[in-house]
Amino acid sequence: MTTSDIDLPYTKRTLANGLDVTVHEDHHVPIVAVNIWYHVGSKNEQPGRTGFAHLFEHLMFEGSEHHNSGFFVPLQQAGALLNGSTNTDRTNYWEVVPTSAIDRALWMESDRMGYLLPALTPQRFETQRDVVLNERRQNYENRPYGLSAMALSSALYAPDHPYSWTTIGSADDIRAMQLDDVHAFFRTYYHPANASLVLAGDIETERAFDLAEKYFGELQAGTSPARVSARAALSRDVNLVLEDRVELPRVYLAWHSPAMYADGDADLDLAADLLANGKTSRLYRSLVYRSRIALDVSAFQNSRELTSFFLLAATAAPGQALSDIVTRVDDELRNLAATGPADDEMERGLAQAEAHFMYRLQTIGGFGGKSDQLNAYNVLLGTPGFFARDLDRYRQATRESVRAAAARFLVGASRVTLSVVPRGRRDLAMAGAEPVSVS
Amino acid sequence: MAADRSRLPDVGVDPAFTFPTIVRHVMPNGLAVRTVEHHSVPIVTYVLQIEGGSGADGRGQEGLAAMVADMADEGTGSMSAIDISDALSRIGADYDVDVGADATVFTLTTLTRFAERGAALLSDMTVRPSLHQEDFDRIRQLRLDRLKQLKDSAPATAERAFLRLIYGTHPYGHLAIGADPALRRLSLDDVRLFHSQCVQPTRATLVIVGALSHQQLLDAAKRFVEWPQAGLSVDGVVPASKVAPPAQPGARLALVPREGAAQSELRVGHLSTLRTTPDYPSLLVMNAVLGGQFASRINLKLREEKAFTYGARTGFDWRRGLSPFVLQASVHTAATAESIADSFAEIEGIRATRPPTSDELALAKASLTRGYPRNFETTQQVARSVAQLALYDLPDSYFADFVPKINAVSAADVTRAAATHLDTSKLATLIVGDQSAIADSLPALGLGEPHVLPLEL
Repeated sequence: MTTSDIDLPYTKRTLANGLDVTVHEDHHVPIVAVNIWYHVGSKNEQPGRTGFAHLFEHLMFEGSEHHNSGFFVPLQQAGALLNGSTNTDRTNYWEVVPTSAIDRALWMESDRMGYLLPALTPQRFETQRDVVLNERRQNYENRPYGLSAMALSSALYAPDHPYSWTTIGSADDIRAMQLDDVHAFFRTYYHPANASLVLAGDIETERAFDLAEKYFGELQAGTSPARVSARAALSRDVNLVLEDRVELPRVYLAWHSPAMYADGDADLDLAADLLANGKTSRLYRSLVYRSRIALDVSAFQNSRELTSFFLLAATAAPGQALSDIVTRVDDELRNLAATGPADDEMERGLAQAEAHFMYRLQTIGGFGGKSDQLNAYNVLLGTPGFFARDLDRYRQATRESVRAAAARFLVGASRVTLSVVPRGRRDLAMAGAEPVSVS
Repeated sequence: MAADRSRLPDVGVDPAFTFPTIVRHVMPNGLAVRTVEHHSVPIVTYVLQIEGGSGADGRGQEGLAAMVADMADEGTGSMSAIDISDALSRIGADYDVDVGADATVFTLTTLTRFAERGAALLSDMTVRPSLHQEDFDRIRQLRLDRLKQLKDSAPATAERAFLRLIYGTHPYGHLAIGADPALRRLSLDDVRLFHSQCVQPTRATLVIVGALSHQQLLDAAKRFVEWPQAGLSVDGVVPASKVAPPAQPGARLALVPREGAAQSELRVGHLSTLRTTPDYPSLLVMNAVLGGQFASRINLKLREEKAFTYGARTGFDWRRGLSPFVLQASVHTAATAESIADSFAEIEGIRATRPPTSDELALAKASLTRGYPRNFETTQQVARSVAQLALYDLPDSYFADFVPKINAVSAADVTRAAATHLDTSKLATLIVGDQSAIADSLPALGLGEPHVLPLEL
């Protein structure tokens, strides 16, 4: 297989108001994916107002000036599947519609981009604020280990760093939000110059651009918001313990790592796989298969726009000590940093990367579909044309580049250690851990 | 030309779509094979569906089918678990196994250039697993530990307790992962016996979907020809669907205490009907109006109007035997009783007092039919859909018939189907939540004192 076998062709133009429009044709099924990214996420929030970008995403589904009621009904009537999500770096919205309903989807997306505020009432705002508080309860507070993300974020980053809070935000901040905040946020971030639209699927390229112009061309250009930048570093190791409603202790290890698409990012992705993904991985074999001191182990390079973190987690088998797990993890990390991956580990990693890039070409819409992928490249790199080069990052990785990344970012750097233990059992944490409380 | 913002654009004529053509084959050993050509990306998916899931676990052996399924990638021939994992990753395979109530479903996806290798691996793992004692011991321990962990999860606790509440000791009344004492009692001999009884070519369907011709797809799977036909009788396994379901008592309330929980995890439902009921299209439309999609009565009420929850939904948990209708939601603790009362009111409404309006009916039907082709984008979607046809003995024309059948459903059909298959006087309600915080609010529901269930899985 060569690079040219795996590609994601596209055409991109920018409207006069600054909206990037990218089109990809795929006529296998009579559906079209509409995907919009706004380059705003929780990194654009201020301390004391955390969780705002995500709450705002909810308000985008409550109606706009010319369709002043729920966003779902007209699109479900058209047979659409739709959703949205917010992370630290961006907010995305998508619909997958039958080819016959593309006008309706674009009308509605453009209406909420241009004319959201007239439809926003205090009652809608307050309802969604409570829905979000319930989302937080369901996915974080009432979920085992669910508050670890908060503890890790605030330990990895200084309080003024925009990654020091999580996207869901603090419950107190969410409760304190005001309708006025919404207006300012909309004007700053929700306009064509801060957005990127992808149309993928059963649509001719020229028609797609005509429709994008028809529905979005009239919208006022805004000013591109200032880019957020912030440095992140740990000057020393941090060792914390969090009590939670859990049966078995788990340890998280987190390190700062290169930003998404930066040098070392793909190497750490491969390192995560060979360390903890699948039964062949080094830590699964060591912790789960042979010594059986852990129930599970996972690792991943959590790639983000400003800076990333590499996260490794393992749950102790009943009666086993977290310290024994960490000792073996450290052995494997040192080993990897000293001698690098074996040839067969590199072969497996590459085979999996190639197959998974191919699998991603099957779906036009939704989270992680082709339209979402084109937007990720366009928003974060300025061009949708990165699919083949993205795969090349993995093809060009070598035993030495993976070894060097592990040595530099995992072994030679400070880290956060977080023990999550059953309530009242701080004695099960790593020695010397300082208690942390998260709400 | 600028957009006309005075009205929403109409939706055009539904585009034509050709549903996949299924070709049936039978291997000499009796294995039923269905192939579908899917020419978009050079990928092939195998779905091996074997009759016998968690419903085939014997009494006191809850968790056996899942153990057998888990042993597949633990070794075959000279290959260890590590070797299998290595071989799968060398062909970039995406492998998983799902233990359903009636069947165990193995799925393997790989690139078409590895099609033959993928089929050979899947065949060797499933047909000739090594079933070594040490692997059995390790896997069982992992599952026991996993059970312990699931006690921390409110949704998992609710699933387990609710199945028990509606099915009692029926073979459908437990989760695939089983229960602690039963899992501890299992032996490797139990696994061997279950495997020899269930994993036979005449009890299996192999679905192959990919970017090759029907003949090439069939040829790629030739390793399955070597699967020997069963020597011994298969009468030892009684399908759960053939076991009489328990009588449904009246409405009742049960509670699994979870002290200090921020939310109450709710399940409300009862045993309802069969997947093969002629009312199936009417029930799908009914469910879409009631709680099957975002813009449904229950979600709009509990989320968009009252903000009690991040989301609420209803659905049928289909099996080959009598299947339940279930509402599920995770609601703010303070809103527990009112959420339950609202759920009852909505279920009663659709079956009697508030038939679907013409707008609701149109919305439900359109969302089910217009979006239907998007279920056929990937090889895995198609392969799993075709396997479902085999599981429920549905005709190959099922996909093409779906849209006309849904479109034929009337408001009267919806009301009649709801009145026939839903019954508020039989609803079982389960709460996993903070007992002391909600106890005072529950008597007003008129469901009696809650029956307090243990957390033990």
